[in-house]
Amino acid sequence: MARAIELIGITKRFPGVVANDKVDLAVEQGEIHAVCGENGAGKSTLMKILYGMQNADEGTMKVNGQEVRFHKPTDAIDLGIGMVHQHFMLADQLTVLESVILGSEPTLAGGRIDFAAAKAHLAEVSQAYGLNVDPDQLIESLEVGERQRVEIIKVLYRGAKILILDEPTAVLVPQEVEELFRNLRELKANGATILFIDHKLAEVLAIADTVTVLRQGRSVATVKAADVTAPQLAELMVGSELPTPATSESTVTDDVVLQVRDLQINEAGRPVVSDVNIVIRRGEVVGVAGVEGNGQAALVDGIIGTRPVAGGTIELLGDDVTRQSVRHRRERGIGYIPQDRQREGLLLLAPLWENAALGHQTQAPYSQGFWMNRSGMRTATQEIRSEFDVRTPNIDVAAHALSGGNQQKFIVGREMHSQPTLLVAAHPTRGIDVGAQAAVWDQLKAARAAGLATLLVSADLDELIGLSDTIVVMFRGRIVATLDPAKVTPRDLGAYMTGAATQDDAA
Amino acid sequence: MTRIASVLRRIKTDAAAPVMALVFAVAASSVVLLVAGSNPIQAYSDMLKHASKLETMIDILNRATPLFIAGIAAAIGFRMNLFNIGVEGQYLLAALVAAHVGGLVHLPAPLHIALILLVAMSVGAAYSGVAGVLKVTKGVHEVISTIMLNAIATSGLIVAGLQAWQAGGGLGGNVTRVGTTPIDESGRLPNLNGFVEIFTRDIGRDRELTGVLVVAIAVGVAYHVIVGRSRFGFDLRASGANPFAAHVGGIPPKRMIVTAMVLSGAVAGLVGMTEIMDGGVFPANPIQGLGFAGIAVALLGRNSAIGALVAALIFAFLDISSGILQNTGSASREIVQIMQGLIILAAVVAYQVTERARAREEAKAAATALAAVAS
Ligand SMILES: Nc1ncnc2c1ncn2[C@@H]1O[C@H](COP(=O)(O)OP(=O)(O)OP(=O)(O)O)[C@@H](O)[C@H]1O
Ligand SMILES: [Mg+2]
Repeated sequence: MARAIELIGITKRFPGVVANDKVDLAVEQGEIHAVCGENGAGKSTLMKILYGMQNADEGTMKVNGQEVRFHKPTDAIDLGIGMVHQHFMLADQLTVLESVILGSEPTLAGGRIDFAAAKAHLAEVSQAYGLNVDPDQLIESLEVGERQRVEIIKVLYRGAKILILDEPTAVLVPQEVEELFRNLRELKANGATILFIDHKLAEVLAIADTVTVLRQGRSVATVKAADVTAPQLAELMVGSELPTPATSESTVTDDVVLQVRDLQINEAGRPVVSDVNIVIRRGEVVGVAGVEGNGQAALVDGIIGTRPVAGGTIELLGDDVTRQSVRHRRERGIGYIPQDRQREGLLLLAPLWENAALGHQTQAPYSQGFWMNRSGMRTATQEIRSEFDVRTPNIDVAAHALSGGNQQKFIVGREMHSQPTLLVAAHPTRGIDVGAQAAVWDQLKAARAAGLATLLVSADLDELIGLSDTIVVMFRGRIVATLDPAKVTPRDLGAYMTGAATQDDAA
Repeated sequence: MTRIASVLRRIKTDAAAPVMALVFAVAASSVVLLVAGSNPIQAYSDMLKHASKLETMIDILNRATPLFIAGIAAAIGFRMNLFNIGVEGQYLLAALVAAHVGGLVHLPAPLHIALILLVAMSVGAAYSGVAGVLKVTKGVHEVISTIMLNAIATSGLIVAGLQAWQAGGGLGGNVTRVGTTPIDESGRLPNLNGFVEIFTRDIGRDRELTGVLVVAIAVGVAYHVIVGRSRFGFDLRASGANPFAAHVGGIPPKRMIVTAMVLSGAVAGLVGMTEIMDGGVFPANPIQGLGFAGIAVALLGRNSAIGALVAALIFAFLDISSGILQNTGSASREIVQIMQGLIILAAVVAYQVTERARAREEAKAAATALAAVAS
């Protein structure tokens, strides 16, 4: 039987970089094939070419043995290829059901959309793969993990036989990852071929049959997953060892930076955060664990000031900022790494040096009084670029031209560059490759030693345990456990996160 | 050195699209003219010959002045992703009220002029602000609200105002034959003929170059530096580009919407100044349509001050040329409207095309550079 996919000599150039340089990739029928590599190695670009979103400058593609030439994604979809992107592409104002059926709507006589049939089919698909969604919810109100699920369902709904998943696990907690992997194995058993990208090597080895490694736009190796270990894979990708975050000795002081008391936040009249109390001191990292959708996002929004608070108080450096503007809070020294970098972190069409000022535009070196300071902005951007190893041809490129991981590094760099007193970080290393992840962890640790207070929300339990001084677990909007990371295992955490275990507040 | 080179290259690529659009529009118009049985060469040469006269140039500048101001007003909205269709109603209402107030008071010249400008800007700002407030409080889309506000202004408020405020008191009934009470000489902007004549021969045939040109230049310069270089301009562009990212970056989206609408309206308020500050009254039949033309100017000029300047001059040239075509009989004057439409259409397409071409070119340059390094 012919290979599901064969890419031969694919080359793709962008201004200032060669994203794919004569890449070869062969994917057998019915296998799970992982594509690994550093940030900017060209993984997403290769997948977009296979999905017809971008045209290769050179090279040939074969699908099921037939040479093909895609001009638009529908060409690929027609051949049963579906893709879930690294950055979601859902419209806020649509419901889940509308998003899923968009472009493949079942119609009644007269051209009206058959919503009943669509809903039934959606229910079938989500039932079959255990992907639960509420078809009537607005995309706007979904958290990242839920958006992820909608994207996957959208692809399955169209009956794709070849699935491309670009970093599907980046924001999922381990239970969700397991769930997803179970689904993928099921799909595979039903004859689907799956291509997926992931930076977490343990996950890659757990699910993939074959792994192709890209480095600087070239395919450097294709190996059977059974034949390699994670360190060997890391070696292939970046030429270095696999890092683990391990906290050095405590740097916690007595000075309270953030004090959250009895916080309540409502959404559509219902509380999504209730009775939350958190104290973060200088030099302390408080980790927030929880399955997506248990109030972490609302908590973060409340602290940043983008969502109104229904009850309780937020004090920053001793001042009550509960009713203060976002700008006021940021000028008091809050740095913010959002969970969704493209939605809340970047002006995609603006050059990097303008993006560097976003969120800090009222402060030096980005501005002086009434005026922006262009040379200050440029210098700061260069510093961010070199300190955080942001791979880009220059600082005049638009933010969208950076690979996902490099966008993330840029945002982390931007927030750290202003030397915040409180860092609110949601999934700070999301999509960052293993090498760069270690560097970011080191930066966070150094800042902590220098007195930074951090609220760390992460789906990566090793990251949470390794970086935090205290971990709180959120479940249904409440803090259900406060744990010492030195004495907790990812397993225990998982139990609290799903509500399987509880802890008395007195304990 | 390289900076200068890169600036030159940018000008070249920035100019490519409008030039392509113009070439296409001329070509397409020629076809229309041929089909209509006219001689395109004859028509164009009539237009150009006419435009090269000093007096016609004055006409063009007088026409371009309000078009430019209206273009900037629309561009302020566009920068914030707001489609302010209401420039039309805002400028007419602003001019009416400003003319009325200007006609009532007697003040020394600088104060009188300042007062009129201030009233015009305030009225424009307030009227446009209504649309902004409706958007952030009730979620009414600004296109809907400004269209309604236009209708209310042009068929309601202005008619009523003209009746109540016409010179010499009401004529009784619903008659509106004259405009508002004439503004004292102190409230009118002097013409710029003296300045022009330093460089040229005397301007003949009663042509006067509008003093509002100075206001337009000030508006253009202020727009350019404030949007491009100030903190406020940064906030405006950021909020227009990505309201979510702007919000977490400390820029309140709702306040930004209202502010942008208010500013757009304030500038719109100045569009009618050519009419009332040159003529001294808000006439019974004011020039209409400048607000809609401003949207086209902003579109063709890509929301930049320089672009809007060029666009305003092109549209003014075409407007003024329509008269001469009528006179010489070389083509019907409607061809001018067809050309204006074609230019806008072509501009939208051309911007797309040049954008892609530029990306391709840069990619090629990068590849050659890398190949050189590799070998
Ligand atoms: N639209 C674009 N315009 C210009 N350059 C681009 C564009 N898309 C990607 N690039 C560049 O191509 C290279 C490869 O990017 P790609 O997104 O494929 O990387 P990736 O392997 O997916 O990285 P990551 O792990 O960070 O997501 C990067 O250097 C990036 O800057
Ligand atoms: Mg990628």
